[in-house]
Amino acid sequence: MRGLTGTLKESRIVEILRKVNFERYGPFIALLVLFGISAIASPYFLQIRNLTNILRQVSYTGIIALGMTFVIISGGIDLSVGSMTALLGGIAIWVLNGLGGGVGAIFAAILAAVLAGSAAGALNGFVITKWRVAPFIVTLGTMSIFRSLILFASNASVVRSTSSLYPELGMGYFIGLPIPVWIMLLLAAAFHVILYHTRYGRYLCAVGSNERVAAYAAIKTVWVKFFSYVIVGGTVGISAVLLSSRLNSIGSTNAGSSYELDAIAAVIIGGTSLSGGSGSIVGTLIGAIILGIVNNMLNLLGVSPYLQGTVKGLVIIGAVLIQRGRRRGQF
Amino acid sequence: MEHPLIRTEGLAKEFSGVRVLNDINAEIRPGEIFGIIGENGAGKSTFIKLLNGTYTPTEGKVFFEGEEVHLTVELAKHLGITTIPQEFNLISDLNVYENIFLGQEFRKRLSLLDRPRMKERTTELMESLRASVSPTAQIDSLSVAQKQMVEIAKASAFNSRLLIMDEPTTVLTPIEIDILFDLMARLREQNVTIIYISHKLKEVQRICDRVMVLRDGEFISVDPTDALDEHRMANRMVGREMTQVFPEKTLPENEVVLGVEHLTVPNVLQDISFELHKGEILGFAGLGGAGRTELAETIIGIRKKSEGSVTIRGERREIRSPSDAIRHRIAYLPEDRQGTGILTQFDVTTNITLSSLRKYSKGLIKHRLEEETAREYVNTFDIKTASLKARLESLSGGNQQKVSLAKSLDTDPEIFIFDEPTRGIDINAKMQVFSFIHKLVQEGISCIFISSELEEVIGMCSRVLVMREGRIAGELKGGAIGEESIMQLATGVTQGGAR
Repeated sequence: MRGLTGTLKESRIVEILRKVNFERYGPFIALLVLFGISAIASPYFLQIRNLTNILRQVSYTGIIALGMTFVIISGGIDLSVGSMTALLGGIAIWVLNGLGGGVGAIFAAILAAVLAGSAAGALNGFVITKWRVAPFIVTLGTMSIFRSLILFASNASVVRSTSSLYPELGMGYFIGLPIPVWIMLLLAAAFHVILYHTRYGRYLCAVGSNERVAAYAAIKTVWVKFFSYVIVGGTVGISAVLLSSRLNSIGSTNAGSSYELDAIAAVIIGGTSLSGGSGSIVGTLIGAIILGIVNNMLNLLGVSPYLQGTVKGLVIIGAVLIQRGRRRGQF
Repeated sequence: MEHPLIRTEGLAKEFSGVRVLNDINAEIRPGEIFGIIGENGAGKSTFIKLLNGTYTPTEGKVFFEGEEVHLTVELAKHLGITTIPQEFNLISDLNVYENIFLGQEFRKRLSLLDRPRMKERTTELMESLRASVSPTAQIDSLSVAQKQMVEIAKASAFNSRLLIMDEPTTVLTPIEIDILFDLMARLREQNVTIIYISHKLKEVQRICDRVMVLRDGEFISVDPTDALDEHRMANRMVGREMTQVFPEKTLPENEVVLGVEHLTVPNVLQDISFELHKGEILGFAGLGGAGRTELAETIIGIRKKSEGSVTIRGERREIRSPSDAIRHRIAYLPEDRQGTGILTQFDVTTNITLSSLRKYSKGLIKHRLEEETAREYVNTFDIKTASLKARLESLSGGNQQKVSLAKSLDTDPEIFIFDEPTRGIDINAKMQVFSFIHKLVQEGISCIFISSELEEVIGMCSRVLVMREGRIAGELKGGAIGEESIMQLATGVTQGGAR
């Protein structure tokens, strides 16, 4: 009798699971599961301080991942964002120091970083769309170029800010959350609206889905793709400001290193397909947070930092496998 | 007593509970050409996939020469059942004989390839098919018809007993179709059985010995082709009397809407000039590769012209991109539905508003307005879809085409260029497309009608321009429009000597 109700219940659960749209809610479910496991595994995990720290750590690559989502949806990729972070951070601090480090200088630094980021993105976008070079190749090239430029300009040293006000930006809190987290959330909201409720978002998906069809449908595919690189450049600019203000400096050799991988990983874990055509900003946000929690847990549990990369890699591959398995199962 | 080559008994197939084929009892005799006709979704493809082992039946039996067989792809191959796919399975970097023997190469000692013997055998095969294809020609360099020959040669190289041809003529020119039919007749003499599936009833009439009609997954009839005419075949396919296939022609007004002068694209179009009148359906006929699609693409700005001009309502316009074309109220319905017409991953609504999204967004997209428009099109065009949110890949070809039409129409065109608007869609959808074009014309919209189906061009157009090798070979009007006159201009035989 008990066995019978047991199997009935099980089949019910299976049925409910089957109805869940994994393609859409998979990342969210994974986040909940991971959150639950973490809460049980470590007593420190649920402390507010720890949670806000995770979010802050996530915000630098999370913000870049938002722009990266657009690029990947359009069928492209940007490998240069990590090096670009270091270069733009350097530019921000130079502008800041040059203008005296006051409030006005901070605004000028932000503006400079975002503009320079957009310009760097425009360079990527120009070569990719005008000269038709594969995005992977172009951004691999500029990845090397941006890093080399900041190394040269700073003589491979740490670029330090002289402002005492600047760290407020990266260190400060606003209604219980670090400022970078607020900025990430606001940007995510804006990007979500752009993706689902504007022409540009629709065109991004169309171009990524089938560029020829998009071109025949009177969509200016070149501009759509070009702007996605400009946009990701802008997000790198914002991220670079937040990172450099948190440290009040930027290390030319290591700042932003492997950010491109974390950003791409967040996008992929969030359910956006690497082949383009569709994607989700909320998913990317969740993907970034999943990566953050994994890192945090490994730290709390005292796992060697050298092994953390292994776990991260497994999470990325596992996430893609789960999503693909579900997608196949539906057909 | 001779057994039929294939006999099916109560053959049925279900997909996730939906019966797509029900209780088919068919007999296919050795050495006959057996036609199967039916609308899209009638179950033709399912039937042949049951015969070539791609699907396993839900119910029913298949007998091969009187013995019951449980067909798998391997067993079907072993029995000599071969399917010539619509999209050829040839590797374009390899040459003809390498393709024919791909995976079953003749070997010498040390497992080295025996190239001379493969070439020799290929030559024999081509001779027996009377096909003029060199064994060492690159697949790349062959015409579509020649590629089809190679596919057929590949099938007969391994003693095919049953050849299944699914819509083999959609990509062929009339001359190439003649060659194919000759070849089929010779294969029949060699006692090869052929199953022939086509939308083109005239061809079925011409080549098939018997014809089976399927409708909505049900067996309707099987008859000797002689006992049927096209009209009766069509009636059986749709299950009701088909009246007047083409809408009545209307007379265009005098006003010239579109003027094209001396349009030239190097190596593609030579000095094209014509005028399109208000409310006219101007036909463009010609063989494949004559430059009709290229002309349309040049007019809407996808291709760059080197010379010539386009005037719209008397004013000269530079159209450099499809968005320029839309601004000047020109719409284009692309020939290649999946390649350039619709986004298979997008849903019905977003496909329909793809070219006209500007209308639905002042800053933010008005999703409700978008959906209302889409719903209207779904109703007026009778688009069969599970919902507005269904992805286009789940729709049949005819319904995809209607979505593609709706997309082009939603840009509010005054000039509408249709490129092969009925390719690969069933009779019902075809008639809907025709009456739709007719309605547009009555509303004063001017249409360019590109089609390789002569019958359609003749039935729809009051004036026809025939293209050959990138030039306009001639113009036909009214009563002068006929299959022969068009073909003469298209092939250029009147100007001395066939190609």
